[in-house]
Amino acid sequence: MSVQGPQQVLELAKVSRTFGAGATAVAALREVDLSVAAGEFVAVMGPSGSGKSSLLALAGGLDKPTGGGVFVESTPLAGLGLNDLARLRRRAVGYVFQDFNLVPTLTAAENVSLPLELDGTPLKKARRQAADALRQVGIPELADRFLDQMSGGQQQRVAIARAIVGERRLILADEPTGALDSTTGHGVMEVLRARADAGAAVMLVTHEARHAAWADRVVFLRDGRIVDQASAMHDPTMLLTQAGF
Amino acid sequence: MSIRHSLLALLQDQPRYGYQLRVEFENRTGATWPLNIGQVYTTLDRLERDALVAKEGDDGEGHVVYSITAAGTAEVRGWFAAPVERNNPPRNELAIKLALAVTLPGVDVQAIIQAQRVASIRALQDYTRARRDAAGTPRTGDTAWLLVLDSLIFQTEAEVRWLDLCEARMVQQAQAAGQAVTRPSSAGVPEDATPTADTRR
Repeated sequence: MSVQGPQQVLELAKVSRTFGAGATAVAALREVDLSVAAGEFVAVMGPSGSGKSSLLALAGGLDKPTGGGVFVESTPLAGLGLNDLARLRRRAVGYVFQDFNLVPTLTAAENVSLPLELDGTPLKKARRQAADALRQVGIPELADRFLDQMSGGQQQRVAIARAIVGERRLILADEPTGALDSTTGHGVMEVLRARADAGAAVMLVTHEARHAAWADRVVFLRDGRIVDQASAMHDPTMLLTQAGF
Repeated sequence: MSIRHSLLALLQDQPRYGYQLRVEFENRTGATWPLNIGQVYTTLDRLERDALVAKEGDDGEGHVVYSITAAGTAEVRGWFAAPVERNNPPRNELAIKLALAVTLPGVDVQAIIQAQRVASIRALQDYTRARRDAAGTPRTGDTAWLLVLDSLIFQTEAEVRWLDLCEARMVQQAQAAGQAVTRPSSAGVPEDATPTADTRR
């Protein structure tokens, strides 16, 4: 069913998700086709209720489609048992949520290394990789802090470090800058961009145009369907002229 | 952009000839606005006519050197001191287009908004990329370039937010008018109705 190139890390093929049944059924997604390649940063924009978050949940195997298929690195998620799905999520997929979803009784480093430890990575190696991820997000000095000793922006960086630790190939972010000031939000985008530039496939759900603009491709969802896509023109000089400068 | 005032400001620094002014202007603004040498000479002629600059003569290599006059210096001072006029904004074609669209029957306003949104996001992607590139490899003149890019990013973002607001407002109006706001296939997603001028009436 899937016709994937070797570069595609994520593919959604005719994915539908309907909640409820009969007269009260609500279609959140309708036959959505969307691929994200290695090294590509895709942003998904759309109004509330357009299906953005449903799309992300399906992409990461947190939810199951009612139609179509989701493939991560050519593996059909529908064919995986619960354990295999959990393993794939721990190893290949990183999530960044708006509300961080960190464990308050663990330090920053422990939060970041947790998925690796759960996956059987030796403690020393897991901590070394956690330290590396914290360095990538610019807060290596906060490794031993607990959440209540960190600002919102620092906590979100920890959450991102957890999402990228162990060189995950697919990073999914749902409004990751929601609670952050603009400078910190900018920093979050820099990290996501850097991961994509380093070869990861990144999918970001956002309603903020300035954040979506960091992506290579912006996908517009409406009413559960992709209605448009935008890619950069790579000609800022022309744009300056158009802007009247 | 005021070429007139920009050239005057550069002459306040020291007397210069046309080509020097062009090079100096582009250096100081990160070559953001390429200046046509013809524009420079035309502007110098007008500044001379208005007694804001004066010809100093030849520099010995055939270049006509200009210097600023007292009136010119006052003009530059006034330019820097005054905020940029807001009472004469450039005609906003987009606002005009939307204002007309919502009053005309049969026009799909939402399609207009979406087409503009895609174009604006695309521009925003380019500005963001250019800003990232410029911030990563700082060079002389890049401060001006970064300032310009920041300005464009904010303007474009504001445009997208304005488009979102326009769309939301039209949906509200359509709903208030009691028109059909759900297509047969869009149960549960009522905000995604397509308002047109018809639904507004």
